[in-house]
Amino acid sequence: MASSITLETMTSLTADERSAEEFSRIVTSHRPQIFRFLLASTRDVDLAETLTQECLLKAHRNWSSFRGDSSAMTWLMRIAINLQKDHWRNRRMQFWRQTRNSSVDVDEASDWLPSGESSAEKKLLAREQVGHVWKAMERLSERQRTVFLLRYVEERELSEIAEATGLSEGTVKAHLSRALAKVRTELRGNQ
Amino acid sequence: MNRDKDFLPVEGAKKNKTSRGIESDFGAADGEPDEELMQALTNFRLSVEAWSEAAYSRPRAAMRVHGRRIWRLAAGWALGCALLAGAGTGLVRERHLRQEQARIAAAAQVERQRMAAEQQARDEEELLAKVDSDVSREVPSAMEPLAQLMAEDETK
Repeated sequence: MASSITLETMTSLTADERSAEEFSRIVTSHRPQIFRFLLASTRDVDLAETLTQECLLKAHRNWSSFRGDSSAMTWLMRIAINLQKDHWRNRRMQFWRQTRNSSVDVDEASDWLPSGESSAEKKLLAREQVGHVWKAMERLSERQRTVFLLRYVEERELSEIAEATGLSEGTVKAHLSRALAKVRTELRGNQ
Repeated sequence: MNRDKDFLPVEGAKKNKTSRGIESDFGAADGEPDEELMQALTNFRLSVEAWSEAAYSRPRAAMRVHGRRIWRLAAGWALGCALLAGAGTGLVRERHLRQEQARIAAAAQVERQRMAAEQQARDEEELLAKVDSDVSREVPSAMEPLAQLMAEDETK
């Protein structure tokens, strides 16, 4: 009897440890993507880090309820989207948020360019294009922006975006189409 | 921040590290893929990735962040207290002003009442004096000789 209890406890501990290990692995592999999505959404490094932490904390608390219906990435992304939504929609602390807002402007965000070898002309052209996309992003609705970033920065499938945002695939396509139209207008309007 | 790295506008290289059917999103109105849009979005993605990688791997100074938070908290409290004090002072000043105005209005009212009473008293006095003088002049002239006789009898 005693030996069976000990064995059960050991088995349970092993399962917990396995679960913790699995969660740790998922966090390690997906954390940069969550951070990148939140950074692109908010253009605020501090806020993106805070929301990433909150997202992972929430995921850890609810890890036992994750049934694996969707991929872990989609699940984490859904938490991140909701946290971001809550953050901007919570009007109670809006005044303090505005005074503490440390998001960078579009021009500053456009300065970030990947490394490589290229001519100055191409660099300038690329910087302009990136700037136009950032400007177009500012004109997108919250939902359009989320869908746009998931598709063109995170390169998620439409079905994954639909699952993460809780929208139908048709709605996702419609948002993407509108977002692309705005980006296209911004690009062409500045030629 | 260390940014403005050497840039490689992506022309095919690293354009679609994962083929997720994104190309089909870029069809222009005439059916041809919109190359410029694709290029812009690829550059945008690479830009966000570069920024994110730099921000993610930046060294984090826990003490500095803590200090900044404390500073922000202190600044928040100071601002809150200043606002509260300002609002309180404003209320007290407003109340004091209203009390002063009420006091002045009451004094003016009393003064007006006093002046009205004085005026009324003066009017009454004038009226009485007028009545006296009018009454004294009301002795008929035909009675004057008789009045003289009466006065003489009284002296005898």
